[in-house]
Amino acid sequence: MRKTLFVTALLAALLAGCSSGVKLNDVPVEDKSASTSGVGSGQNNASGVANVVTDKAGSGVGPAGVAHVVFFDYDSFVVKAEARPVIESHARFLQANKQRKAMLEGHTDERGGREYNLALGQKRAEAVQRALVLLGVPDSQIEAVSYGKEKPAAQGADEAAWAKNRRVEFKY
Amino acid sequence: MFRFVIACLLMLTGPVMAQFRVEVTGVGMTQMPIAVAPFKGENASPQKLAAIVQADLERSGQFKGIDTAGVAVDELSRPDWSAWRQRSADALVGGSMTRLADGRYDIRARLWDVVKGLDKAEFRDTVPAADLRQSAHRLADWVYQQLTGTPGAFATRIAYVTKAAGRYTLWVADSDGEGAQAALASPEPIISPSWSPNGQQLAYVSFESRKPVIYVHEIATGRRRVLANFRGSNSAPAWAPDGRSLIATLSRDGGSQLFRIDVASGEARRLTTSVGIDTEPAFSADGTALYFVSDRGGSPQIYRMPAQGGPAERVTFNGSYNISPSPSPDGRWLAYVSRIGGQFKLHVMDIASGQSSPITDTAADEKPSFAPNSRLIVYATVAQGREALMTSTVDGRIKARLAGQGGDIREPDWGPVRP
Repeated sequence: MRKTLFVTALLAALLAGCSSGVKLNDVPVEDKSASTSGVGSGQNNASGVANVVTDKAGSGVGPAGVAHVVFFDYDSFVVKAEARPVIESHARFLQANKQRKAMLEGHTDERGGREYNLALGQKRAEAVQRALVLLGVPDSQIEAVSYGKEKPAAQGADEAAWAKNRRVEFKY
Repeated sequence: MFRFVIACLLMLTGPVMAQFRVEVTGVGMTQMPIAVAPFKGENASPQKLAAIVQADLERSGQFKGIDTAGVAVDELSRPDWSAWRQRSADALVGGSMTRLADGRYDIRARLWDVVKGLDKAEFRDTVPAADLRQSAHRLADWVYQQLTGTPGAFATRIAYVTKAAGRYTLWVADSDGEGAQAALASPEPIISPSWSPNGQQLAYVSFESRKPVIYVHEIATGRRRVLANFRGSNSAPAWAPDGRSLIATLSRDGGSQLFRIDVASGEARRLTTSVGIDTEPAFSADGTALYFVSDRGGSPQIYRMPAQGGPAERVTFNGSYNISPSPSPDGRWLAYVSRIGGQFKLHVMDIASGQSSPITDTAADEKPSFAPNSRLIVYATVAQGREALMTSTVDGRIKARLAGQGGDIREPDWGPVRP
């Protein structure tokens, strides 16, 4: 009874407050595991992009005991020498588990415009992708995406923080 | 059901969270002194129309509000001209709001030319209580057009994003930042909202699927769908003037390149083929060309090419980092952000001459967007350590801060004139 009263009161308040302009979409606000559904995903098209089978990325873990991140120098999109062992470990894991897919997330530090930084993060993710492919991982097991500057790993406006944010993360 | 309740709770708390106060700074060349008297009946109504109108007019940079000193004026008054001239007013607005039996409000107003001592024009509007703010903005547009000859842009909407406690919300608000309603709430970032030409939809980039995906979202119904989720990143949506396609940055072919996406079919056709990054497309005022950002020359600069794709010509030549082009709808100006000495500063270029000027004294400016009458620019910046939205006149002289509570505020886009 009380619950019904509460809901009724809430709905009454809601109707009083809602104006005609904007409707809130009832998007679930909980975290979702990544799923690449929707228009355009996995399409074959005239430019010959490989048909990506969208395994539920984010539903598993990658190689155990291996870092899932590599870092980049300022204004650089080159995989550093010290990152090679990490990349090789992930390459071996993907070759041994052919049904698994890795999402490579590129990131930048907080300086600069959002969309341009999205493209720079994409460059970093694709550099790691190329390294994996050169090591023999099929392209179809990898998707390179970017968060630009939207998801810093470290807060702060100094080089210590910036260095931690210029990175590519491996997500499985 | 529970999800619906959560969503609606968010909507109810929305306007409270996003209460803005307008702070206007700067001195303009010619500001007409205008007195806007409190409306008869506004004390008993949910909205104080006179204050909304006066704030709009002051934010335009072309008017200075004169204190009405408690003098009662409505549309039937016979103003005391010498008294108003003594108060230095050149124009006077007075009116009334009457609540009708069906709950709607009847708004009436009159505009007087104080200098000539003449009744200039009369305004009438009838609206439900929920639309009172919009009526005030329409009244401000009417005053603005009567006195400047230019259409106002106050009865328009802006979209923007806030981030608070690690959560992101996409808001739709009046052009003064007030009356905000949430269109989307997400634990993952939302960027690059872009109004459709008819003002009914927003395209935006959402990371809720753990990658950047472009959505098209119908504001009135909340219905939305994925427009672009190709392999890799999908971002920077810009509507074509006919509303039937969008230009966007896709990485599906590798790198970041511009594509035209048909809204109905979702099909994408590539427009650029550079070896660098091409992003941030923005249609020219007449719709025949696209401004965009490219680092094909080694660092990000603004270029322009035919809207169908084709040879691009470089537009910015000062400095090594020029991004975020926003052309004015009248074809005269290009607003953009330039990095100078490590600071990100909003500039305005006179397109015909190519001459540019910085127009702010802040150092982290982002995302300029012109009002549909080309007279104001909204942009995001950092002031006193917090992200804020500002409006500026095109010459930079008059600025207004739309000060927000409840989190950092960014990514503004100014919507079109509402029919």
